[in-house]
Amino acid sequence: MKRIGVFVCHCGINIAETVDVKRVAEEALKMDGVAYAQDYIYMCSEPGQALVREKIKEEKLDAVIIAACSPNLHESTFRTAAEEAGLNPWQCEIANIREQCSWVHSDREKATSKAINIVGTIVQKTRLNESLEPIPVSITKKALVIGGGIAGIQAALDIADSGYKVILVEKESSIGGHMAQLSETFPTLDCSQCILTPKMVAAGKHPNIELMTYSEIEEVSGYVGNFKVRIRRKAAFVDWSKCNGCGLCMEKCPSKVSSVFDRELAKHGAIYVPFPQAVPNKPVIDKDSCIYFKSGKCRLCEKVCEIGAIDFEQEDRFVEEEVGAIITATGFETLPVADLAEYGAGDVPDVIDGLAFERLLSASGPTVGEVRRPSDGTIPKEIVFVQCAGSRDPERYKPYCSKICCMYTTKHALLYKHRVHDGQPYIFYIDIRTGGKGYEEFYHNAEEEEGIIYLRGKVAKIFRDGDKTVVWGTDTLTGRNIEIAADLVVLATAMIPKDSTAELVKKLRIQTGPNGFLSEAHPKLRPVESINSGFYIAGAAQGPKDIPETVAQASAAACKVISLFSRDHLEQDPAIAWVDEDLCGSCRICISVCPYDAREFDEEKGIVIVNEALCEGCGSCVAACACGATQQRNLSDSQIKSMVTASLGGG
Amino acid sequence: MSENTGLAPPKSPPIRLTREIVNAGFKQRVNELSGQHMDACYQCGNCSSGCPLAQEMDILPSRVMRLVQLGQSDDIINGGTIWICASCFQCTVRCPKGIDIQAVMDALRQIAMEEGVDHFGPDQISPELAASVPQPGLVGVYRKLAT
Repeated sequence: MKRIGVFVCHCGINIAETVDVKRVAEEALKMDGVAYAQDYIYMCSEPGQALVREKIKEEKLDAVIIAACSPNLHESTFRTAAEEAGLNPWQCEIANIREQCSWVHSDREKATSKAINIVGTIVQKTRLNESLEPIPVSITKKALVIGGGIAGIQAALDIADSGYKVILVEKESSIGGHMAQLSETFPTLDCSQCILTPKMVAAGKHPNIELMTYSEIEEVSGYVGNFKVRIRRKAAFVDWSKCNGCGLCMEKCPSKVSSVFDRELAKHGAIYVPFPQAVPNKPVIDKDSCIYFKSGKCRLCEKVCEIGAIDFEQEDRFVEEEVGAIITATGFETLPVADLAEYGAGDVPDVIDGLAFERLLSASGPTVGEVRRPSDGTIPKEIVFVQCAGSRDPERYKPYCSKICCMYTTKHALLYKHRVHDGQPYIFYIDIRTGGKGYEEFYHNAEEEEGIIYLRGKVAKIFRDGDKTVVWGTDTLTGRNIEIAADLVVLATAMIPKDSTAELVKKLRIQTGPNGFLSEAHPKLRPVESINSGFYIAGAAQGPKDIPETVAQASAAACKVISLFSRDHLEQDPAIAWVDEDLCGSCRICISVCPYDAREFDEEKGIVIVNEALCEGCGSCVAACACGATQQRNLSDSQIKSMVTASLGGG
Repeated sequence: MSENTGLAPPKSPPIRLTREIVNAGFKQRVNELSGQHMDACYQCGNCSSGCPLAQEMDILPSRVMRLVQLGQSDDIINGGTIWICASCFQCTVRCPKGIDIQAVMDALRQIAMEEGVDHFGPDQISPELAASVPQPGLVGVYRKLAT
């Protein structure tokens, strides 16, 4: 019989406070097959691991059970320790007595007996565990980055610079994202375009980066190291291989379409580039606004294009790519002003959002950097900024803090003051949050030296009165309500994930949290990885964050990809499904239940086999198999039966 | 001084802020007279929490600072706080932004006197009262009035 060692962790007081760990060890020692049992305060620490290694040798143990936290956290830690002491890693099992016991119970007596029961169950499993070898899997050393904002650009550049190929997919016709819309950036007031466009150009020219703009992900299959991706290259109705970006077509186009890039403060033709510094600098035709597509007449762009790049017959194309890792950096958008009923729902003139104000401040914007209000083009002298417009409002809008608004609103007020010296900016806020290098100093300067009035209170109502937009707020610091007849109101609307994110995560099979932002594998220790291997996340798609944080996260995600690509091959967990070929009745139920497309019918053998590289070991096919042909390694029917018996208190 | 029971909401109309109110007159005058910079106050409240006479005041020192920032002079000039202030300098030494709040109080008293608001003029002190008040108290009062 196997000699099993049981090691019971206190986890400081996390387990020991609720579970009598010494008794768990004593009871474990009485179980069949258990040759040694011991408790220790921090089993994952080096002395704890050393204890496990020593006892494996001293006590000639064939298998070990670590009764501690979730296997998600430390299974690999202890399997490595067991391997160092000469055991096969699959002879090391975790009995989870923290997340599934001590953390969720308060009655010490009952929690202790439950912990003993959990250990007993795992002892039954361990007795029948086979020694396994990891399955080697090859890696395609090419990355896919989804999203061409600053996060995607940075990640793509970092991976490309280390010598690996990258495909950078962007939904719009140009990379650049929201950062291209910004005027100047806090707290140093560098011009956003000046620091971004060189990176856009670098990404466009990099020999290792293949730009696929105006493209969307259609389908993703495969697994870490070996993904297959189907990408839709949307019809631009312009042959980009011919187009030289002269811009004549855009000049001549008679259509007028509100510019999404300029937050509808300006118009462009139906054939357009979103902004002059676009990369690639190639136009697309907006089919819904093009006169030719609507009425069958016009084709003016085609007539003026001397090189014949206009192609009204163009259709969406699909390309298949193979990549080894995928970074999702799909960014954010902001809560529409139309959603904010008390702030006019978009119907009160001269109430705009922060991104629109960025366009008004931008030297390349619709007013060439002059602050002019949309209704009549006059320069506003009284300007009100409203923070937390939809953020920190769990009852009606978003419960979270959008994190960047305190800083960008301060920047807005400051830049306004620099342009309109006799104007007065007011900022309504709930709290001012300036956690970041140089941020608090930036805010103090704005408040002390620039004459910006900060008013502590949430604005209740915004309405039009003549040519003024009246703001009703309060100042809790004086205990008085405040009324301001403003010329322009700027709302710091909540940051929300891009609306396309929900659809994309279904294709990628990665997770999002309650507010639709991408979930990280661990909030502190694995912040740029998705829980599904091979998927990485970066930027505001993961949660509200500013540019420095986004860039740091993008580089971190790139680093993870580079580390993955630096290996010769990957190792797949062998604890997956296998088929007893003599028993398989080829009913193919397993194929229909497999969520990973890992089961396929083998014509030659006449049975259904397991694609080991795709199998995630979920057990669905094992449960569905009518004739018991499919079994899970180290979770065989007999193991599960004995585990169930043990958990019900039987021998 | 109003009776504040803490039960009823303040019976005051909203402050209608304009750039003229914020920038004209009052705040600038306080800055000039005190040599302090009112916008430096970030409303931490340390001056109020350390003030030994706060319990006697109708407006706490930090709120006096706030009202000046918004150009609101009436409540301060007509209120009791600036006269109850003992010029003990507790607020000045505690202020994390280095504002000499005692100097601000001096400036406010001066503005109150300029505007003819005389809460405790020498002519109001009857000979009987003068005889019963300790001398240092009277000296203190005159010092305040003379600033």
